[in-house]
Amino acid sequence: MSDTTLDPVTTPPPVDTLTPAQEATARLKELHPNIVSDDTREGYEGLIVYADSITEVAKSLRDELGFNYLSSVTGVDYLEEGKLEVVYHLYNIARGGGPVVLKAQVNRDEPVLPSLTPIFPGADFQEREAFDMYGFNFLGHPDLRRILTWDGFNGHPLRKDWKEPFYEEENKPFGSRWPDGQVFRAEEHNPYGKNVQYPPGWVPTGDEYDVETDVYLGLSYSRDSTPGLKTDKVTVNLGPQHPSTHGVFRMVVTLDGETIVDLKPVMGYLHRNHEQIGERNTFNMNMPYTDRLDYLSSMSNNLGYAITIEKLFDMTVPERAEWIRILMVELTRICNHLWALGFLLNDLGALQTPMLYFYLERELILDFFEATSGARMLCNYMRFGGLAYDLPDEVRGVPTLKFLEELIFNRLPSVLDQGDDLITGNEIVRARAIGVGILTPQDAIAMSTAGPLLRASGVPYDIRRAEPYSYYEHLDFDVAVRYNGDIYDRYLIRIDEMRQSLRILEQVLPHLKRTMGAPIIGDKPQYAMRAPRAGESYGRVENPKGELGYYVTTKRRSGNPERYHVRAPSFINLTALGPMSRGYKIADVVAILGSIDIVLGEVDR
Amino acid sequence: MYGLGIIKGMGVVLRHFVRSYVDDVKWVNKGGRYYNDEALLVRQGPKGEGIKTVFYPEEKLPMPERFRFVPFLVTDEPPPGQRWGHDWCTSCGICAKVCPPQCIWIERGKQPNGRPKPEPEKFFIDIDICMNCGYCAEFCPFDAIKMDHDYELASYDRRTAHIHDKERLSKPISYWREIAPKKAEAEELARQMAEAAKAKKKDKDGDGREQRISEAVARQLYYQGLQY
Repeated sequence: MSDTTLDPVTTPPPVDTLTPAQEATARLKELHPNIVSDDTREGYEGLIVYADSITEVAKSLRDELGFNYLSSVTGVDYLEEGKLEVVYHLYNIARGGGPVVLKAQVNRDEPVLPSLTPIFPGADFQEREAFDMYGFNFLGHPDLRRILTWDGFNGHPLRKDWKEPFYEEENKPFGSRWPDGQVFRAEEHNPYGKNVQYPPGWVPTGDEYDVETDVYLGLSYSRDSTPGLKTDKVTVNLGPQHPSTHGVFRMVVTLDGETIVDLKPVMGYLHRNHEQIGERNTFNMNMPYTDRLDYLSSMSNNLGYAITIEKLFDMTVPERAEWIRILMVELTRICNHLWALGFLLNDLGALQTPMLYFYLERELILDFFEATSGARMLCNYMRFGGLAYDLPDEVRGVPTLKFLEELIFNRLPSVLDQGDDLITGNEIVRARAIGVGILTPQDAIAMSTAGPLLRASGVPYDIRRAEPYSYYEHLDFDVAVRYNGDIYDRYLIRIDEMRQSLRILEQVLPHLKRTMGAPIIGDKPQYAMRAPRAGESYGRVENPKGELGYYVTTKRRSGNPERYHVRAPSFINLTALGPMSRGYKIADVVAILGSIDIVLGEVDR
Repeated sequence: MYGLGIIKGMGVVLRHFVRSYVDDVKWVNKGGRYYNDEALLVRQGPKGEGIKTVFYPEEKLPMPERFRFVPFLVTDEPPPGQRWGHDWCTSCGICAKVCPPQCIWIERGKQPNGRPKPEPEKFFIDIDICMNCGYCAEFCPFDAIKMDHDYELASYDRRTAHIHDKERLSKPISYWREIAPKKAEAEELARQMAEAAKAKKKDKDGDGREQRISEAVARQLYYQGLQY
């Protein structure tokens, strides 16, 4: 590497042209002058759209302005104004750049607005989630049921006037802990069996079919699909307790013989309402909770949250911290993909052997994380404006930089080559994976899939390039892309991405040497941080599994977020599971799910 | 040729199989590959080859200094005949306020006249709730709470054994110096510098500028942890 690239990083001044998002916003105001208006609240941006006309606006965004990717849909409760708001983030896949933010406000007592699913099928799960959490009635949604909580859940938990069964206080820290802390266990105050309320008119029968009629009725049982022999359709529950579902995840499938007629994912078994916990927490306290979203890539989760809050607090990050962040995030990507491939091959029947070969190297990365942050998986390493600690002196008895060099130049490339030798050419894997679970690029975009799933379908969209954060614009790497959109391509693209990550890591190492001893955090972190301004902030990063976004709103001088939403990539990628599996055999479903690469900590939140 | 891919893959497996014995042979004259601390470090390190298994509990991996598990309270060296010395904790409550899952309960000590005394009367940590994030240790201004390296906390009864009281939590400073020598040293230095800066502040002729620099250095030491 030449010396010129090792100069301290400077960001060029912004160019004075309109971004695609600004262009589209201006154009929308021309097209729909009576429907859209600027969001004039302090600290907010985007357009407020007359709720009943949201479909028209979305349609012209998609068809005329090229904003064809609906990334995030979420609700916000403004209790004082008596309003509920749905926030949409749309992106331009072809041109990249920031989002067009649409906001539709509805009355709190009667939150009715049209569904966007006819235009963006990817809104399906997210609208169901917003219905579940806030009670929005999305007209025209094909299957508006609860998604994360269960049918017998009373109320809509993210509404500001909803209280959990054992409610202590609105915000942490709780007054009962200090200065007069009398220890108690929450379950003493909240005994099992007495902590449940059912919605009015809802009776727990104990019979699964009675409770879940809606799931089963929603499936398609079309009887005229096969000519000749008359066959019955059979409904089978795969999961929730099934090793191939990577956790507690359930797929209800209708089968015609062995062929999938319809599939519906059922999730929420690991639901803990991460978002409400986040709204009770202070800004700081959320950081370790983000580890638990996608617990295989906690460093990237940390980064996404840190970036979002830094935007809100208007903080800058020292240079060394940025380099270490990229180092950590790219190592996490490799870690996650090694894991994902191990499990994908497990699901394809290559039991344990390739997985364990991949894990040998993953262990070394985790050793490095442990020596740096103190934990192998739930790292809690990033802070607002920097990092918790600098790199350690040594890892497993080897000086840190030597360890990293050995890892990046030697061990990791060789494990990728070995993986190639072991599996890529394997005829059984090819027979199982090629041409199975095909997702077309049009569907991939329409269903808001992200990450490797999107790129394996031939859409070269990577946030590190489309809307660069941290120092990615100074780094030289290619966006990995494959064009067939089947399981095999999703396998290959993960190998490609790991190779690109290694390229990035090779570029980061000299910067780590150069910035040795430089500060890693701007100011001494405060234990109680207050927001300097009211407003919203949306930050997104390219997580190993796809686009991870955080939407945070707060009030001025407030110590905690008013709204804290996570746009979880594995959750939204599951939208494509049903359409991808139709027509394939039941044994393929396991592999198709494996190729999406979900983590239930993030799906269920 | 059809089937070549499988054969190539089998070759990889065969290579692993052979390698797992090669490393055994290398260690024959050096005390064996297993139950040998030196060999453990090498085979778990970046150059490790062959079988990676750690035979827990006979073998245990050394913990890095920053490893964090359920916290403990730091006390002075115990006087002879006692198990703990004076608490470093002043019951300021920052750890309880910063704790994300709110698993710390502190009852502040009281003087006879009812005014608060800077030491904890009671201190509880519910280790079932603790998420080992390390914020308490990070934000404690007195270095009085630290993350432990003792991860073997399994017990038969979660109802009684999992709420740790002050007695269970307190450990002398020598224990911290033992498990995290470099970090303890850096903190010691930072404390001394802070002390010196304080003394200078009291001395009215002192140069304010110099004092600010030393504070910054102390802060940096504290947060970088190992840049001693």
